[in-house]
Amino acid sequence: MAYLLELKKVTKRFGGLVAVNRVDFTLEPGRIVSIIGPNGAGKTTLFNLITGIYKPDEGEILFEGRSLVGLRPDQITAQGISRTFQNIRLFGNMTVMENILVGMHTRFRASPVDILIQTPRFRREEQQLREEALQLIRFVGLRASPDELAKNLPYGEQRKVELARALAARPKLILLDEPTAGMNPQETAETTRLIRRLRDELGITVILIEHQMRVVMGISERVTVLDYGEKIAEGTPEEVRRNPRVIEAYLGRGVAIGAIA
Amino acid sequence: MLRAKTMEWVTQIRNGRSIYLVGVLGYIVAALLLMNWLSQPGLRDAVWYPLVSALAFAAFLGSLLVIYYAPLAGAVKAILGLAILLVLLPILGVRNTFLLEVATQVGIFAAMALGLNIVVGFAGLLDLGYVAFYAVGAYLWAIFGSPQANIAFGTNRFPLEPEWFFLFLFLAVGVAALTGILLGLPVLRLRGDYLAIVTLAFGEVIRVIVNNLDKPINLTNGPQGIRPVQRPPLFFKPWLSALGIRLDDPTLYALYFYFLVLLVIGFAIWLARRLENSWVGRAWTAIREDELAAQAMGIPLVRMKLAAFATGASFAGAMGMIFAAKQYFINPESFTFMESIGVLVMVIVGGMGSIPGAIVGATVVTILNLQVLKGLSLMLNKLRQAGVVIPIINFPLSQWPTQLEPAKYERLVFGILLILMMILRPQGLIPERRHRMELAEALGREERAEPEQLPVEEELPPVIPAPEVRPTRD
Ligand SMILES: Nc1ncnc2c1ncn2[C@@H]1O[C@H](COP(=O)(O)OP(=O)(O)O)[C@@H](O)[C@H]1O
Ligand SMILES: [Mg+2]
Repeated sequence: MAYLLELKKVTKRFGGLVAVNRVDFTLEPGRIVSIIGPNGAGKTTLFNLITGIYKPDEGEILFEGRSLVGLRPDQITAQGISRTFQNIRLFGNMTVMENILVGMHTRFRASPVDILIQTPRFRREEQQLREEALQLIRFVGLRASPDELAKNLPYGEQRKVELARALAARPKLILLDEPTAGMNPQETAETTRLIRRLRDELGITVILIEHQMRVVMGISERVTVLDYGEKIAEGTPEEVRRNPRVIEAYLGRGVAIGAIA
Repeated sequence: MLRAKTMEWVTQIRNGRSIYLVGVLGYIVAALLLMNWLSQPGLRDAVWYPLVSALAFAAFLGSLLVIYYAPLAGAVKAILGLAILLVLLPILGVRNTFLLEVATQVGIFAAMALGLNIVVGFAGLLDLGYVAFYAVGAYLWAIFGSPQANIAFGTNRFPLEPEWFFLFLFLAVGVAALTGILLGLPVLRLRGDYLAIVTLAFGEVIRVIVNNLDKPINLTNGPQGIRPVQRPPLFFKPWLSALGIRLDDPTLYALYFYFLVLLVIGFAIWLARRLENSWVGRAWTAIREDELAAQAMGIPLVRMKLAAFATGASFAGAMGMIFAAKQYFINPESFTFMESIGVLVMVIVGGMGSIPGAIVGATVVTILNLQVLKGLSLMLNKLRQAGVVIPIINFPLSQWPTQLEPAKYERLVFGILLILMMILRPQGLIPERRHRMELAEALGREERAEPEQLPVEEELPPVIPAPEVRPTRD
């Protein structure tokens, strides 16, 4: 089966620190997989490598068989990879609607001339995409008004806007960096259901960085474990949970992970 | 609760619209009467005349603001505004061309502020060398629209005929935009402070080049400047006389430049608004808000920043050219760092990112500098000549040092204005739409507490200062 995403021996160093160390990773389309690991394991750095924010020092990253290395983040987004950020990065002084429309940036076709003389093409496109944005708002279950400024929303709602904004580009692959961080159990359950719907209803492949084991165990078909930048285990949630290296990686640092043990 | 009250209020206003129309008209008539009264010849010599006439003109221009804020139908507002700009002001201006001169200068700065607002307000790129593009436009026409080009190229083909003016207006737009792109290409990869410093330097470099390019080939005539600069053609003069309107050439030119500037402003507003409400404007704002996230949304940073830079620069280029033709004479002194700062102050005072704000900011600052400070200086001179002594401290005004003339307080005024704005109204006189919403929101919320932000782990901690820490690639 052809891989949607393939990482070959990817390495990233920050000065003397090896944040990601010769990581191999493959992903078939239509999967939901998780990346877990203690704080500072290199999970976010891995996302930053895939999305082009960092360039790998070594190794190869292929998306649909084509190399992503050397492409700018905006070009990678245009290829069909969207993401959310661990610490929410919304455009605070823009409305919910505008945030989502910015997420659709790669899909606008109206030229500057269309914009200036407001051709039917411009109006039609603007209207269509605004309607689609409203659908996305409903899809992620946002209660806030589309005209609310993003920064005025409560935390949980902001997370939803960020997800809607990432979906707006109609990605093939979405990278979610700790989407349930800071959420209460009810919100977490809601988000978990939502992530499953991304794949089931929209057909989007999902990579998830997650700390809450309940979420990881609940929805991921495969789990990759990073520790000190290295991949130390990979497999089904059940396999990973029993893996002695994984238990050591967590317990060795005195981190209580009741959900695993 | 508060919201319901506001709604009630709004409907009341809607129903009582005619009262507001009467109010607005009353204001306009009052301002006109005041200006008419001031135009009596006998008053000109009064000590207070310069200051009061400056304030009266400001009050008259203020009627545009009154119209803008009045709860009237859009069409009514448009008619009133156009009547003032296209009819009343020109009529007043024919009686006193100085008013036209001031209005034109306000207009030139307003168009520049609109352009800089795209760069600084929309896209969040701090450009401290904006005047460079103004200089490019001005010198483009000054060189070819004067005998200067003969000296530089050893011909006698120049100055170009007035008819070339309009072709050159487009050229000035293009050349300024191109200069913006050429400067932007290396510079726009820099962030924040660095961009500010490099653009500042660029502005100075252009001025120094212009100041020194009288040798080896004399292109700009150095510090002496270029004179006379060709004016645009008075192609409509026969039409006017056919209509029985007879005006002398200086008045005609004053009117001409006034309308020309008005036309460019109209175009600038139209352009800025259309861009603002499209994917282009949203991409600019996204870059201003969070560059990294913007790029992750698929926005090509360098290309969009270049577009903002070039658009802003093109406004300055057009205005520079009109300025050169209007002044008849230009030299490097018109293009100092203070001019860049001045336009920036206009944008900040008006409200960053706000189109009406840029215009109001330009008006306030220009009137303050051009009229109020000058008026104060004139007043002081008159008092000095009259041998007035400040009472309590017994200080004879004749000993007031000329260095301390109010007309020289421009920098002080910028400083005080900025400080006052930062303290009293950091979002500007007419805040950007989004900031206005935020204010409304704050009012609507009453005392409901802000939702507590959960502390989240910093995503890209610059643990080790490696060159990769900043994603500078594009
Ligand atoms: N921009 C950066 N500069 C220097 N060090 C960094 C940078 N980004 C991440 N790191 C370091 O790389 C390591 C992995 O970080 P990260 O990928 O954020 O971990 P995780 O997301 O798994 O918690 C950490 O030690 C972190 O401090
Ligand atoms: Mg992380």
